[in-house]
Amino acid sequence: MDYNVLIGGSAGQGMDTLASLFQRSLHRHGYHVFVHKDYMSRVRGGHNFIQIRFSDVPLVSHRDQLDLVVALDETTVKEHLPRLQENGFLLADEEIKNQSDQMISFPINKSAKEAGNAKTYTSVFLGLLLKWYGLPFEQTEAFLLETFHDKSPEANVKAFQAGAALTKGKVELPSGPLSDHLLIDGNQAIALGAIAAGVTFYSAYPMTPSTSIMNTLAAHQVEAGIVVEQAEDELAAINMAIGANYAGIRAMTGTSGGGFSLMTEALGLAGITETPLVVANVQRPGPATGFPTRTEQSDLSFILTASHGEIPRIVISLRNPEESFYQTARAFNLSEKYQVPVILLSDQYLADYTVTVPVFDVSRITIDRHLSDDSSYSEEHPYQRYALTDNGLSPRLVPGKFPGQVVLADSDEHDEDGHITESAEVRINMMKKRMGKLEMIKDEMQEPWHIGDAHPDILIVAWGSIAGPLEEAINRLREEDETRSLGALVFGDLWPLPTNQLTSLAEKAKIIVNIEQNFTGQLAKLIRQETGLHCSKNILKYDGRQMTPEFIVELLKQEVL
Amino acid sequence: MNESSRFHSSDEVAWCPGCGNHALLSILKQALEELEKKPHEVLICSGIGQAAKTPHYVNANGFNGLHGRAIPPAFGAKVANKDLTVIINSGDGDSYGEGGNHLIHNMRRNLDITHFVHDNMIYGLTKGQASPTTRTGHTTGIQTEGVVLNPLNPLALAITMGATFVARGFVGEKEQLVELMKQAITHKGYALLDIFQPCVIFNKINTFQWYKEHTFRLPESYDPTDRATALQMAFEWDNGIPLGVLFKEDRATYTESIEVLREGPPLVDRELKPDRVVPFLDDYK
Repeated sequence: MDYNVLIGGSAGQGMDTLASLFQRSLHRHGYHVFVHKDYMSRVRGGHNFIQIRFSDVPLVSHRDQLDLVVALDETTVKEHLPRLQENGFLLADEEIKNQSDQMISFPINKSAKEAGNAKTYTSVFLGLLLKWYGLPFEQTEAFLLETFHDKSPEANVKAFQAGAALTKGKVELPSGPLSDHLLIDGNQAIALGAIAAGVTFYSAYPMTPSTSIMNTLAAHQVEAGIVVEQAEDELAAINMAIGANYAGIRAMTGTSGGGFSLMTEALGLAGITETPLVVANVQRPGPATGFPTRTEQSDLSFILTASHGEIPRIVISLRNPEESFYQTARAFNLSEKYQVPVILLSDQYLADYTVTVPVFDVSRITIDRHLSDDSSYSEEHPYQRYALTDNGLSPRLVPGKFPGQVVLADSDEHDEDGHITESAEVRINMMKKRMGKLEMIKDEMQEPWHIGDAHPDILIVAWGSIAGPLEEAINRLREEDETRSLGALVFGDLWPLPTNQLTSLAEKAKIIVNIEQNFTGQLAKLIRQETGLHCSKNILKYDGRQMTPEFIVELLKQEVL
Repeated sequence: MNESSRFHSSDEVAWCPGCGNHALLSILKQALEELEKKPHEVLICSGIGQAAKTPHYVNANGFNGLHGRAIPPAFGAKVANKDLTVIINSGDGDSYGEGGNHLIHNMRRNLDITHFVHDNMIYGLTKGQASPTTRTGHTTGIQTEGVVLNPLNPLALAITMGATFVARGFVGEKEQLVELMKQAITHKGYALLDIFQPCVIFNKINTFQWYKEHTFRLPESYDPTDRATALQMAFEWDNGIPLGVLFKEDRATYTESIEVLREGPPLVDRELKPDRVVPFLDDYK
């Protein structure tokens, strides 16, 4: 079984609450759930929709085709009726003009009024939905009472029951297989990963679609012991985090592309001062203000060289919420081990979709600080922040913790003590030390995920959140025709680029196809730069909407197969 | 006393002979000595500029960051370790120009940090352009017809933005300046001390002599707790510029206002384990 329900309306109509209660009910009854949001940059009006896909097998993507549409307004009917499968239905209030055999009108608003509050129409729809799919009511009623505890809870339960009475059960679902799973989105997973990693300070400026990282941390700040500071701008946000890391705690900042643009000077500061730093860039289509609430993967080329001058950095793209948790925790360890900035690349699609994932296994997380506790420093042999050492890393001391020893960090080129220098020789040594870390980091980089054929003729390359839609597309194509030799490498770690698997598969592949959500094919350029390999086809999308499996299947058929 | 000070740094001082920063540096070390601070307890933060070289010339922890960004790392460090004595030493360009936004909002935050602005009313490191505090009419290589922008009034800004200690000193008034620095450092909350110091190369108007002639000490009877009087005093210029503590108030500091910081040891001393996340996972079940 695999159903896809769309709830559409304008901002402020209560769609989020309806979707949230429905998805939580499905989750609670043990189904795999994948919820994709499409929203406009406005608080009221416009056209927004949420697609709730559920199944008894794991889901990795949203999809195009719809089984059921809940239309809260006329626009939803116009926009989404054509997307219904042949046996699909659209449910709407009787006041919306019925324009199709597939459309069923219900007295939704009337039932809400009869329940005692006209605003409870979303609860009427919820009852209707639950009954439609034959789901039990008790759990959802409890959710309703909790959600509307201060807004006519009884009327909402009454409306819910009235909604359920409007229809017969239409679909019989197999029982849900899950017992203990989380229902979580990418940004929440980043925040929880940071908490597991020991973050105690998060400074950021609100920017869609990154803000919910800050919201999630803020929700737990007192209990977890985290200071969440809303900075006056992104310049402050990143510089605050750098100061906090310098002083010995784990601090993080997060933003989207526009804010990241402002942060680039300080990214260089982290690089030259060798201060650990984790920055999440949750991408949206740019440039400038771009498409605030939509998705794109167009910051990769920028991120790879962001900052003037040359610094070592690590770039990790996140492929789904589950790995967002573990990779965020890993980012802190890498950042402290090599004293370099680590950039986590997510995007609006991943930030905002919610999926059922196995409960995070905290025993897989370690906190490795790599701080020096060397007490051998003395007046004669004082601590030097930028000491040149055999292993290429300068010991990091927490300032204020070792009487007699001070820690001097400097944005100027500096000597081993941290003092400003103009020496050519010192400059060379310090550049070699900093940039030399990249060689060590290369050994830490994780090879891309390999999907499909072990040695494919058609080798697809991609990165980040396309992982899910691409995996489903490849599975569909291979199920359709088993003779198709099709496989993909989906990169998580992007810099330094792990190339072993790529060069090995490229030897046998007849064609390499690059799939990305941007205009210029930035991964293809990176691959060319690092390996000399040429992607002869690019499938690119830059309209702000995430590729669906259907889209990828169609394009591959048109362009490659 | 300088060489023998525990705050003496072996780094060669790169300021011009006669620069007001030399005296300021010596007074800073004296203030730290008299407060019985130890080098590892102190963190000097700066941005970029001549004054911003100060962290190199004091044997203490130092964070010499980016131009205009002296305050945010200082804030982050103090949040991380509330036991550190955090002092910002940066110039008028760095503090009031490039970093103006951070100044405004950190005064609102009232974190317990001290901000010494080396105010010479000109840009030194970039060679003589107007700073936010350069007076109108002052000609420079850029402002060839004289500065037309209204000068920024740092003390009035500080009083209205919520700094809880607002003062002005002058390197020519050494005894007073030592006391002002000590008061600023020991003050609980954001302390802004604007310090007049001459740039002997690029500011031929506001010279040592000029400051001597145009400043006066606030009388002992002056009451710094009255905001209206303080604001009036902050605008005194043509008939003499007051030196001393213009304004002081008790207001909860950032640390005192944030429960996570107020209670318990400094963040840097807290032991954290990955399983601290476990209770929060329930929200997603």
